[in-house]
Amino acid sequence: MTLKHLLSAGDLDRDTAIAILDIAEEMAGVNSRDIKKLPTLRGKTVVNLFFEDSTRTRISFELAEKRLSADVINFAAKGSSVSKGESLKDTAQTLEAMGTDAVVIRHSASGAAQVLAHSGWINGAIINAGDGTHEHPTQALLDAFTMRRRLHGAASHGKGLDGVKVVIVGDILHSRVARSNLLLLNTLGAEVHMVAPPTLFPVNTSNWNASFHYDFDTALTSVKPDAVMMLRVQGERMNASYFPTEREYSRMWGLNGDRLGLLGESTLIMHPGPMNRGLEISSVAADHKNSTVLEQVANGVSIRMAVLYHLLSGERNHQDD
Amino acid sequence: MTNLLIQNATLPSGEVADIAIVGEKIVAVGKALAADSAGADATVIDATGLVALPGLVDLHTHLREPGFEQSETIYTGSQSAAAGGFTAVHAMANTSPVQDTAGVVEQVQRLGQEAGYVDVVPVGAVTVGLEGMQLAELGAMANSRARVRVFSDDGKCVHDPVLMRRALEYVKTFGGVIAQHAQEPRLTEGAQMNEGKVSADLGLTGWPAVAEESIIARDVLLAEHVGSRVHICHLSTAGSVDIIRWAKARGINVTAEVTPHHLLLTDELVRSYDAVYKVNPPLRTQEDVLALRAALADGTIDIIATDHAPHPAESKDCEWQAAAFGMLGLEIAASVAQDVLIDSGASDWNRVAAVLSGNPAKIGLLEEQGQPLVAGSIANLTLIDPKAKRVIEHSHSKSDNNPYRGLTLPGAVVHTIYRGYQTVTNGQLAEKGRPNA
Repeated sequence: MTLKHLLSAGDLDRDTAIAILDIAEEMAGVNSRDIKKLPTLRGKTVVNLFFEDSTRTRISFELAEKRLSADVINFAAKGSSVSKGESLKDTAQTLEAMGTDAVVIRHSASGAAQVLAHSGWINGAIINAGDGTHEHPTQALLDAFTMRRRLHGAASHGKGLDGVKVVIVGDILHSRVARSNLLLLNTLGAEVHMVAPPTLFPVNTSNWNASFHYDFDTALTSVKPDAVMMLRVQGERMNASYFPTEREYSRMWGLNGDRLGLLGESTLIMHPGPMNRGLEISSVAADHKNSTVLEQVANGVSIRMAVLYHLLSGERNHQDD
Repeated sequence: MTNLLIQNATLPSGEVADIAIVGEKIVAVGKALAADSAGADATVIDATGLVALPGLVDLHTHLREPGFEQSETIYTGSQSAAAGGFTAVHAMANTSPVQDTAGVVEQVQRLGQEAGYVDVVPVGAVTVGLEGMQLAELGAMANSRARVRVFSDDGKCVHDPVLMRRALEYVKTFGGVIAQHAQEPRLTEGAQMNEGKVSADLGLTGWPAVAEESIIARDVLLAEHVGSRVHICHLSTAGSVDIIRWAKARGINVTAEVTPHHLLLTDELVRSYDAVYKVNPPLRTQEDVLALRAALADGTIDIIATDHAPHPAESKDCEWQAAAFGMLGLEIAASVAQDVLIDSGASDWNRVAAVLSGNPAKIGLLEEQGQPLVAGSIANLTLIDPKAKRVIEHSHSKSDNNPYRGLTLPGAVVHTIYRGYQTVTNGQLAEKGRPNA
């Protein structure tokens, strides 16, 4: 199926998800050439609409757009209607009046991308680059892409993640990365485990196809994961009694040197960045040979190129015909 | 005002009768009344197939005036109420200025009288400015021309237990009642929707059931301790029903209300992130809806109250987190009551009359509302066509935050008679309100 928007990792059925991962392989090929540019989106205008600061995600999208030859506008909307700044509706209508083909939106409110896509305020494709504590689907795609490449190498094409065991650790309750990964990993056939203190799980996870663990060590020894994904601990959790101290969190749910010994020989160490070294992940883990942190960054560009290609190039071909 | 002769109406008991109205009073109720029972020139209303109920009384309406006239005015809200079959509404205190002085409540009551579509009964704030710090002048409001008997900080919870205790005690002076918005504030900081499996999926901050239930448990015990009556606004959870059932069995003087939306809608609707479904307390689960419906039928819950909460488009046409809480309710309340109590087979029209008229009038101590349809009663009544099916579109409210749009609901208000005056005739709202005597 061809999507109009990418709002949730749940929008992707297995075939579509694998197709995007396969396109990303092609894009990775482009990204390793001397001239890293394709003419695919020439004449298309893509707006990076960021209501929330995120330099990493923004430059990753920007690079992907430029490598596909799109015209790129960066729109850092300061504040939102939450803070009585510019409203989502006015911003969207402004962009529509200027004529845009796609909007990449990052917003602090869960559901903002979905509201934008279904509002009638704007007609272009909407790509969710992170909405509040809801989802971050391109992150899940780049994580899946990274795992698939490491596990299957050159034979990745056409493959899912069937039977791959992934342990996601940290602030599950507030993590858009965890929600999108859960959905996409389920779709691709992986087995999902989540580890967190009880305060950082949703109260009701009955809708989630995953196993839940409080004890990190037991999870590692019983699951024997193929990949461990560490989530960033946000500063605002630290003074809200979710856990007593950073020291205790680090001791119980951090990937420290001792815990590295519980991992398998080739267990992947993943982190969406930016990392709090010494809190959820130790430097020895972050810099380990099995760490994929920098590959994830590089793969992010390939995945975002693939998503843009999927959403925008079909329409272009149709018009050209 | 012309006199009225209603023929062949079905009373709540099921009996078919004529009703003669002269001036603002019912003068006769009986089978096949003489054609001149209401005078020779009376307007005749053919009520064949229509159910006659005492005029509906809402204990929980936000009319928004003074201060928020872009959402609703006392005039437009009164019209919406009449269209929904109401003859009295209690106007909640969270206006600007807040209804926390005799001056403001008298102004609200006067504007209601001028509008002439329903009795507008002001609710007084429990605390000054709804701030939860010190008691408002409850006695001054009670003794004002508005004769306030219901006090509420609705929208905010009177969460300080000492202040709540004092308020419960103090209003015994004039037989008043505290209507509590049960919401533990710390447990609901930043809350956006029911905390459950849907909030887990959507990444919206949860509003846990326990934040409502813990306050209700505390307040029924406080009411018992000081021998006061207490009213609980908009029950939304199955656990709250259990606590009220326990309290009543124990003999505690507690009454409870439920809104139409909590009887019909669930948090699954929030998956759309459409802010028309954002309301406080939030839409809950199907299990909660079923418990509330059963409790309304078995008497654990005393009344339906609308919590009609109009908001302008810009407060809903935005991302969920930025949107205001609240939804319309006046014009669908009778339909939801019919769905829950009649069409389900769970109860009868006597119960509908009780939960939408008799009981709220009793809780609010309104002597001239909620009276039975007998000779001598004030002529407040509503005639409903229970066989009608209507697709909800239009509303008379100034606002449009209507979660029922597009739904098909049973029953339609055909006539509303307010103190002998037809505010709604054949489904059409009167162009003008009742002339002031």
